[in-house]
Amino acid sequence: MYPSRFGYELPKTVEEAVALLDAHGGEAKVLAGGQSLVPMMRLRFAAPEMLIDINGIEALHYNRVDADGTVHIGALCRHEELEDNPAIAKAIPTIAAAAPLVADPIVRTRGTFVGSVCHADPQGDWAATMTALGGHIVAQGPKGKRDIPIADFVIGPFQNTLAFNEIAIEAVIPAPKGVRVGNYLKLERRVGDFATASVAVSLDMKGDTVAYAGIALAGVGGRTINANAAASALVGKKLTAENIASVAAAVAAVAEPRTDHRGSADYKRQIVKTFVERILTGLLNTSQKAA
Amino acid sequence: MTSLYDEVQAAPGAGVPTRRVTIKVNGDDRTVDVEPRLLLAHLLRQGLKLTGTHTGCDTSNCGACTILFDGRPIKSCTMLAVQADGHSLETVEGLASASELHPIQEGFKEEHGLHCGFCTPGMMLAAKALLDKNDNPTEDEVRWALSGNLCRCTGYQNIVKSVLWAAEKMRAESN
Amino acid sequence: MALDEIKIGGLGASRRRVEDNRFIRGKGNYVDDIVLPGMLHMELLRSPVAHARIKSIDVSKAYDIPGVRLVLTGEMMAARNLAWMPTLSYDTQAVLATDKVRFQGQEVAAVIADDPYIAKDACQAIVVEYEQLPVIVNPFQAMESGSEVIRDDKENQPGNKIFDWEIGDKAATDKAFAEADVISKMELHYPRSHPSPMETCGSIADFNRATGKLTVYMTSQAPHIVRAAVAMVAELPEHMIRIVSPDLGGGFGNKVPIYPGYVISILASILTEVPVKWIEDKTGNLISTGFGRDVYLQGEMALRKDGKMLGMRMKTISDHGAFYADAQPSKFKIGLMHSAFACYDVPAAHLESVGYYTNKAPGGVAYRCSFRVTEAMFFQERMVHAAANDLGMDQAEFRRMNLVKDDMFPYRTAFGFLTDSGQYGKCLDIGMKAIGYDNYKAEQAEARSRGKLLGIGISTMTEPLGAGNSREYDILGIKMFDSAELRVHMTGKAILRTGAMNQGQGHQTTWAQIVAHELGIPADDVTVEEGDTDTAPFGMGTYASRSTPVAGAAVAMVARKIRAKARKIAAHLLEVSEEDIEWELGRFYVRSNKERGVTIQDCALAAYSNMPDGMEPGLENNAYYDPPNLTWPFAAYFVKVEVDAETGVWDVLKVVAVDDCGVRINPMVVEGQIMGGLTEAYAMASMQYQTYDDEGNCIGSNYMDYLLPTAWETPGFELHEVVTPCPHHPIGAKGVGECATVAGPAAFVNAVVDALGHLGVRNIDMPMMPNRVYEALTTGKDISGMPPVKMGD
Repeated sequence: MYPSRFGYELPKTVEEAVALLDAHGGEAKVLAGGQSLVPMMRLRFAAPEMLIDINGIEALHYNRVDADGTVHIGALCRHEELEDNPAIAKAIPTIAAAAPLVADPIVRTRGTFVGSVCHADPQGDWAATMTALGGHIVAQGPKGKRDIPIADFVIGPFQNTLAFNEIAIEAVIPAPKGVRVGNYLKLERRVGDFATASVAVSLDMKGDTVAYAGIALAGVGGRTINANAAASALVGKKLTAENIASVAAAVAAVAEPRTDHRGSADYKRQIVKTFVERILTGLLNTSQKAA
Repeated sequence: MTSLYDEVQAAPGAGVPTRRVTIKVNGDDRTVDVEPRLLLAHLLRQGLKLTGTHTGCDTSNCGACTILFDGRPIKSCTMLAVQADGHSLETVEGLASASELHPIQEGFKEEHGLHCGFCTPGMMLAAKALLDKNDNPTEDEVRWALSGNLCRCTGYQNIVKSVLWAAEKMRAESN
Repeated sequence: MALDEIKIGGLGASRRRVEDNRFIRGKGNYVDDIVLPGMLHMELLRSPVAHARIKSIDVSKAYDIPGVRLVLTGEMMAARNLAWMPTLSYDTQAVLATDKVRFQGQEVAAVIADDPYIAKDACQAIVVEYEQLPVIVNPFQAMESGSEVIRDDKENQPGNKIFDWEIGDKAATDKAFAEADVISKMELHYPRSHPSPMETCGSIADFNRATGKLTVYMTSQAPHIVRAAVAMVAELPEHMIRIVSPDLGGGFGNKVPIYPGYVISILASILTEVPVKWIEDKTGNLISTGFGRDVYLQGEMALRKDGKMLGMRMKTISDHGAFYADAQPSKFKIGLMHSAFACYDVPAAHLESVGYYTNKAPGGVAYRCSFRVTEAMFFQERMVHAAANDLGMDQAEFRRMNLVKDDMFPYRTAFGFLTDSGQYGKCLDIGMKAIGYDNYKAEQAEARSRGKLLGIGISTMTEPLGAGNSREYDILGIKMFDSAELRVHMTGKAILRTGAMNQGQGHQTTWAQIVAHELGIPADDVTVEEGDTDTAPFGMGTYASRSTPVAGAAVAMVARKIRAKARKIAAHLLEVSEEDIEWELGRFYVRSNKERGVTIQDCALAAYSNMPDGMEPGLENNAYYDPPNLTWPFAAYFVKVEVDAETGVWDVLKVVAVDDCGVRINPMVVEGQIMGGLTEAYAMASMQYQTYDDEGNCIGSNYMDYLLPTAWETPGFELHEVVTPCPHHPIGAKGVGECATVAGPAAFVNAVVDALGHLGVRNIDMPMMPNRVYEALTTGKDISGMPPVKMGD
């Protein structure tokens, strides 16, 4: 399959890229990793008139952990750079757990974290992870930068709130309130399949008490499912078998799965419940072992 | 210099904008004029006559087009040729030297890691990317590293053995 | 001294493959690698809808695009009498639609342009007006009275039924059921699956106006059949048609039929007078070319209470899509479905088969199976599993009791096949030992007490491989024999050509091994060529595991003809009479004095330099081989699984395969075929299927929806062998390429059903996706039919 014709620009700075987007008035699309966009263009499901390739903006190629634990992921940080990354694994275990489950190993060398969040695929791993972590996106437009909380950024299937002349230049995950633990589980039929259901869990622990709890889901609704409200029942408490079970049930109730060839709505809820239980029980067991 | 499809004498759609790019392919600099929409896999195959890189699907799943891009494996059907400007590529044609095969190539022959041969170039380059980072992988690590490349013939078991065979030989050679 | 056969790469040598030398260097030569001067590129416009009348096609905007050279529509094909073509099953198929489109993805127009990007742009610029018609997506809708007639182009086609066919002895079968103590039933659906070789189909047609010669490079498993078909359809003289199959990136049956794209590229080259290349995209391949299966299977088994099988009734309802384009021997409407139960001693059997048109892609090719035996054996082994459970008998013991015993060969099956050899019980024993069957019941009970669901599935079968004989097997009247041509050069090197067509099986390597075995010429000294109809002898091609049984036999037979002539030369060189000559590998010698001898190479040189008086010079010959019977390999597969009761996810703990394919030419290659087949079995059992929604949209049109397993999910395999030589094959070999795809799926399903057996689950139709397994284990009910595709809450 072959894409339609388009124009191509390769800016060297974010300012230049923003100016190009602005000049093309909504007909241009940003090309970062291209691992979703290019296949869609090949199938001619997408046919942008202009591609602004930001891969030349080397300044966007980073991930770093601040002294206080805040994590910054630049727009050109590839998925694989978050795998086997000790600093990330320590700062955000949920990202370390999800990274190897994104697409397949070859796609991960090229696809980007921020691009995946922007793509806002309801089955996407990173939009769910960001939601559980309560992060935000830094967008840059002609008038400068603004922070967009993830809940206000991913608003529907394949919909984000960037203006046509804005670029998401960075994802930021705030410093933890204590020690951050977490995990990510995904049910896929084979490597690279879309998720039947995925669960991202991130907790900040002060001693054995939960100081922050975030849970988000992929594949079980027409958009990324934010289950942070259900998860917050754990805040201020110790993990117990009882509250794990009740949170798992509450999270499953928040899911909005639809019956399709990957399974019935009830089945997907069951997977969500099971995965939440397994993750939280795993975290409980680990903390007990550590103690 | 190469047009989009250089076997076509009348360059398609005269007046279609092209970009001049210089790409290091298997160690040699190649300068070509390409239309932005040309996929990198197609530039390699048609423009540069490196037909060892295959295209097996339209959706970035099969990995038959896997090459090394600045040393890391990518699916060349999911990149534009213009994006390779100034970068260094390695394709299956670059694996062997004039006189000898790369151990991965030897391993695939020795352990019967191929039947029809269509997925083989991509598999071998994915394997090379693994062995460049990890010279002593476990069977599971090999299976995991190759899970972005589909094979329809072999059932993978012999591909895994081929890569382990190569790893062993490469370790022996580097000692 | 006789040569060491293994050292010269003869029979039994795991000779490393000759073809690998080019493939590992990226120097294979697949159709898309071929570039001819001045070549144009073709892309197809396909129907987005499953059933509609074409009201109009406007191609004018396509011609506005610079670089577009030609746009073809059905009307233009019809003007040349090429709008329709014959299928391999005596039906017709539209090349480009004229009246109606009958499935999603059907070819509607073709654009020929300077490059494929432009051709694709132009396809998008073609405006087609469709008037939608009711859509039929399964045979049950097709058989309803008053349903839309899909093939209104055909005379005498009042409804959607294609055939109604039966075989077996109905009266004897009825009697067996009347006398049965227990009757066990099974109903299932074998979902539609696509062979999906990594390389799609494609062709380059090159018509030379000056010479009148048409050369077509194409992805064909049977190039000679294509030549004959093109001669008939395009009305070109057969000697002016050259079909070349270069390296094929897999086939699995997908590249047997003749597809519209090939035919259109030929006409395009004739009209443009330059070569025209067509390379199908993956979606085109998945939604329009030959699929496998899509059969509903029902049956029942009559049993004596001690476990003896008395009789078998089967009914199949098959979905063939919009055109009856199955590839199978002409007289069998549903292929070799009646090979079911061939490994069991069943006295009476009857099969009734009904086939229907639907608004789905045509095909019904033997996807890695010898003409529907995959469905037959799947049904057989699921039925056997259920029957054993109904009787309260152990799976393995029930099989052992009913398998044909070693001393019963030759054995005539109830459907009339003649099986000729095997050691079924021995294969069963080896497999049981390897999987740990003895401890297994205790292990399963112990695991269940911990909430773990363990299961072992068994599948045993013999299948008919290597059609013909020519008495019973033909395609469009052409008998299913095969051929080989061997030319020994004066230095003792040789070139061999056959009518088969390699697509990954390694013929270049293994055919030379047969020559080495017969003549003692080292395999490295034998070049093997296939696939070019101008040079290769006529053959029916490679599919249905028939290469070794038929073409492989022809290789042995032509080598024997060469040896017979060489013997005369040897007698001349040794100055003794031919009766005094003995043969050992690579050498003739005088019976009375073993030291006095000449090598086959000496004879080759003499054939060109010192032949006996009156002998025709040279050392070459050919052989056409018409096998006396099919070959009957046996397989016993064992799969052990663990099912996660909370998610329905099942993990394969172990796979054991015991294969008896007779004498193995190259054990390494044979094992490679078995592992490949087991992987496709796992794929079908777990994830790989195509389905259609109510509007006839194909779900499974690309690799995001049509799932093929990766190295990560695919289990490891433990292989064992038993060798019972085929009594009629010249080197004792039997077919093997497809055994694992054929018998494998039932082993996986039986394992999962076994794990859930205590919950009352009797059947889970493939694909056994986790959600289906979960539903079965939580409800205790069977899961039947295709996964639903209707979205709902």
